[in-house]
Amino acid sequence: MYVAVKGGERAIDNAHAFLAEARRGDPTVPELTVPQIREQMALAVARVMAEGSLYDADLAALAIKQARGDLIEAIFLIRAYRTTLPRFGSSRPVDTGTMAVVRRVSATFKDVPGGQVLGPTFDYTHRLLDFALAAEGAPPKAPKAETLGPMPRVGEHLDREGLIEPEPAPDPACAPPPPDLTRTPLELPAERALRLQALARGDEGFLLSLAYSSQRGYGRTHPFVGELRIGEVMVEVEIPELGLTIALGSITVTECETVNQFTGSKTQPAQFTRGYGLVMGHSERKAIAMSLVDRALRWQELGEESTGAPVQDAEFVLMHADNIQATGFLEHIKLPHYVDFQSELELVRRLRAAAHDHESKQVPEGQEAAE
Amino acid sequence: MNDYNFAYLDEGTKRMIRRAILKAVAVPGYQVPFASREMPMPYGWGTGGVQVTAACLRPDDRLKVIDQGADDTTNAVSIRKFFQRTARVATTERTGDATIIQTRHRIPEAPLSEGQILVYQVPIPEPLRFLEPRETETRRMHALQEYGLMHLKLYEDIARHGEIATSYAYPVQVSGRYVMDPSPIPKFDNPKLSNCPALQLFGAGREQRIYAVPPYTQVISLDFEDHPFVATKAPHACDLCGDDGSYLDEVITDDAGRRMFICSDTDHCNSRRAAGHVGALTGDAA
Repeated sequence: MYVAVKGGERAIDNAHAFLAEARRGDPTVPELTVPQIREQMALAVARVMAEGSLYDADLAALAIKQARGDLIEAIFLIRAYRTTLPRFGSSRPVDTGTMAVVRRVSATFKDVPGGQVLGPTFDYTHRLLDFALAAEGAPPKAPKAETLGPMPRVGEHLDREGLIEPEPAPDPACAPPPPDLTRTPLELPAERALRLQALARGDEGFLLSLAYSSQRGYGRTHPFVGELRIGEVMVEVEIPELGLTIALGSITVTECETVNQFTGSKTQPAQFTRGYGLVMGHSERKAIAMSLVDRALRWQELGEESTGAPVQDAEFVLMHADNIQATGFLEHIKLPHYVDFQSELELVRRLRAAAHDHESKQVPEGQEAAE
Repeated sequence: MNDYNFAYLDEGTKRMIRRAILKAVAVPGYQVPFASREMPMPYGWGTGGVQVTAACLRPDDRLKVIDQGADDTTNAVSIRKFFQRTARVATTERTGDATIIQTRHRIPEAPLSEGQILVYQVPIPEPLRFLEPRETETRRMHALQEYGLMHLKLYEDIARHGEIATSYAYPVQVSGRYVMDPSPIPKFDNPKLSNCPALQLFGAGREQRIYAVPPYTQVISLDFEDHPFVATKAPHACDLCGDDGSYLDEVITDDAGRRMFICSDTDHCNSRRAAGHVGALTGDAA
């Protein structure tokens, strides 16, 4: 006899309790603290802040703990929290030229004013598992550099010679306040400011693959890393009622500007062009990928031809970059669909029966099998 | 737990959603873009429906939530609980008693009445999406009422299979103008869309669209004169309540592959059984 699938409510409560227990793991192992995650999983925290579009390292660390280390789930927790926050206004554009730099490299010049600053990078580490880390030890110490002054951007040196396209002037129509993807539905075609906003909160893996595809020939962008810089910038807000600007604090950002070949056109002489990436937190891979994707999406504006590559297709890129949307829609197919499946079952049964009838009718008369 | 605003969303967001709903009601079947918010449940779980419900709810409303026609499926339970916590509204499983019904994949069997609102959860609001993946292009096609591609698809189905091989999310035309996706309801439910006394609202959260069928609006399932639309269901009666006119779920009952058929609409089935109706499997046991 059929037992109805009752008790959904109790099943959900029990599943949640099981999840909480599994999240904690073996209780004889000390529990992770939020500051530990914030300090020692800093790049995971940075990714959650960037794709969660909320700069708060403690909340991001908490989300990572709650999500059992699943970063997309942690990003989702941050996004869901972020929507409940009121929006006071928009800040002034951050000035990355005055950034307090911890890392800054250029691949286009051997040396640049301000110097090449490696900072805390994996780049030249040998990827050998450090078994010493399995034990606790004294905190490692690094030598201190003297404080670095503000560094001019590498692009400015090319700009002075006219070798690179001038930075497009900000569109007066969209300033201020700039468009906000989270408050108005995305409409296509989207202007560059909006595209960059979508990319900045887009999935790192998706942007990485798109950028990689463009390097391998699907919409080639010929990029050089003109400059990659990571450091702290001041966030300032204008208070029009008081007629003054106040500093809210500083945030870490990663900025990448690529220099790309452009052969020129009938009206324009050959010139380098720019691709731009800016990501909250320390996130080099994503900033570089973003600048390649940004450059590839500019083909129309620069009078290039589309090769039909995915990375050149703004609608394709923008509609599929958000991992919270993507994972939700992907995973929802595990929810019950038996009503629709039932209608498909009947359809396939009916079509098969019709095909069967049709076949048996084609048997010559007199030879019909007795059924 | 009262840390959140009534029905979770802040008043500004609700106002924005209500504006989109009003526009949707004014232009039946047209997909109105709205600034869908990130909800505390995943996209694909009904975030569009939840936002529409949140924007419509008043403290004196009585809410019913169904998934696959049933009140007791896990996601229906979860969404009902969400509104119990954030809006403290009364809830019900009785179709007739509800003022707002949020649904996924079904229209209740009991006829709806004036004053009721039926809120559908919509995964892909664009009926032309699988024929043309670009939003920029499908919006143009709707604007020009260029629906030839859809008719061609239905015609090709007939040429290939002898019938239109779409069994759910069957496309409709609303009030003689917009072609609309009725959400993934079985085509069995399509006739209930038309001339319905209740207001029908459709919310697609991830795709940021709201659309509507106002009360008493004509909704026609697309077909051809020589291949008219037919609402289909499993050719059985419910094994629990004996109804042979309701939509049925097929349940596999043992390893030998035996199966039974039961009403997908649990309220409908329970009401009938309470009124003394019996099915093949309850006849003697009851």
